[in-house]
Amino acid sequence: MTNKDPNLKKIQDLMKIMKKNNLVELEITQGDDKIYLKRAQPNETPSSVTHVPVISHPVPVAHPTGDTVPKEPVTAEAGKDEGLIEITSPLVGTFYAKPGPDSEPYVETGSHVEPDTVVCILEAMKVMNEIKAGMAGTIVSVMVENGQAVEYGHVLFKVKPD
Amino acid sequence: MFTRILIANRGEIALRIIRACKELDVQTVAIYSEADKDAAYLQFADEAICIGPPNAAQSYLNIPRIMSAAEIADVEAIHPGYGFLAENINFARICEDCGITFIGPTADAMQLLGDKVQARKIAEQASVPVVPGSEGVIDKEKEALKLAEKIGYPVLMKAAAGGGGRGMRIVHEEASFHDAFDSASAEAKAAFGNASLYLEKFIAKPRHVEVQIVADNHGNAVHFYERDCTVQRRHQKIIEESPCPVLNERTREQLCQAALNIIEQAHYTNAATVEFLLDKNKNFYFIEANTRIQVEHPVTEMVTGHDLIKLQLKVASGEKLGLEQRDIHHIGTAIECRINAEDPDNNFSPSPGPIEKYIPPGGPGVRVDSCVYQGWTVSANYDSMIAKLIVHHNSRPEAIATMKRALQEYVIEPIKTTIPACMKILSHHLFAKNRIDTHFVERHLK
Repeated sequence: MTNKDPNLKKIQDLMKIMKKNNLVELEITQGDDKIYLKRAQPNETPSSVTHVPVISHPVPVAHPTGDTVPKEPVTAEAGKDEGLIEITSPLVGTFYAKPGPDSEPYVETGSHVEPDTVVCILEAMKVMNEIKAGMAGTIVSVMVENGQAVEYGHVLFKVKPD
Repeated sequence: MFTRILIANRGEIALRIIRACKELDVQTVAIYSEADKDAAYLQFADEAICIGPPNAAQSYLNIPRIMSAAEIADVEAIHPGYGFLAENINFARICEDCGITFIGPTADAMQLLGDKVQARKIAEQASVPVVPGSEGVIDKEKEALKLAEKIGYPVLMKAAAGGGGRGMRIVHEEASFHDAFDSASAEAKAAFGNASLYLEKFIAKPRHVEVQIVADNHGNAVHFYERDCTVQRRHQKIIEESPCPVLNERTREQLCQAALNIIEQAHYTNAATVEFLLDKNKNFYFIEANTRIQVEHPVTEMVTGHDLIKLQLKVASGEKLGLEQRDIHHIGTAIECRINAEDPDNNFSPSPGPIEKYIPPGGPGVRVDSCVYQGWTVSANYDSMIAKLIVHHNSRPEAIATMKRALQEYVIEPIKTTIPACMKILSHHLFAKNRIDTHFVERHLK
């Protein structure tokens, strides 16, 4: 549902800026108005395809203060972007974007997927589980890094359905 | 000592283990299902990993997910708490195979002592009296009938593969035997997938007394005296206390030694509780062993001054117990009330929902083991116990007075809890006079 509220648009723009610049916290004060936004910590980028220690704190959702902003909690990661579907991890394990270190990734931003398209591997206890898209659409964002440890429910991809 | 462990459990026991680890400088990795994602105790752990949806089979009972979490979090050991996978032999073996220490007994010792029939055999080998009964499982009614005659009525039929009161029947005379056998087998099959029963002499009006043991991997085992858990409802404990108020020193000594003998006979290590029934004449009979830390462990901690969870971590990491039996004393009386989110006026039916007002008791001699707080929502997905209220005082009457005072102070609203039921029990003259048995609640509390 499109919301033409200019304040919501301002917040959405701020979210995009934060994500683009990899910011975690942002606070803006203008007179009596104050906005405070906090993103879930992006996990460290590993330099090779080895597993990294998981950082999976349940992160508190930031509540913007002031009367001029909507009441809904806002984070960069929580809540679906309009019309996008999230592919989330069905298990606990390590995310691999490619079948092997020298291969191409299974999918990238812009890749089109069908329900049976393998989008990644989740390694759990030395077993390589191929994860399928489960839907037809286009990958809009890859939310995790190659070699990153993921928990159950971790958002892996955002997909625009056909 | 370990550097980092994973806690394969939730709620109050997960918090209990985190607390012990904090004091020992051991890093903690907590796991949680989506139902527990907002739990505050998760923030107290060093890391928290979501392992599945609310239902236990896909989360707290899911061995592959738990092992994956242990792997990615790079832990040295797993504490299983109580319930869930704490007495799952398969889980203990998988930990062993994966090179992760299971904080508890070895899978073999768990298998030996955890099996009721095997445990009885061990007790007999250790010259500990057992309740007269079948040497093994009985599948044929004819066999069972003959044995019942031999033992003498009344007899108790019990499911070999389970507990919690299911598959249990008391038979007072031969005429009722056939029907009881049929229905007990059917119930056992439905509850545990195994219709096998075993038979025991039924002891009327028993007290339930159990002994706490911790053994290390260096051949040392000590007891931490006994707990009396006679106040039960449908075979679930409501109130526990230490010491057992009707034992004299001599019987206490014999009881605790008997428990030690069983543990040693089984080559058992880490924490265990050995359960007995005490008849009217103060004779005790071994019934079963629990190969895990128990819910009511705080009662023992209060009277002996020892931290049992820390001891579990210590012995699991290969250290010596560092305690001799003569170092362990019991002082005063401790009583625990289990507080459940249940409506005592409505047949104890579960009462989940948000806790809007929460004021725990405090003051001298009061300990509250709980993970709930104002704003917590009691989930319908898991066990209904939300808190353990433990008191410790110099004498039993004083401990009872402190418990009643603490129960009066305790505010948990608007959900229904068993606080009023605990108060009724504590105020009952039979409880004060120690004239109770395991059917006291059913008989005197509607």
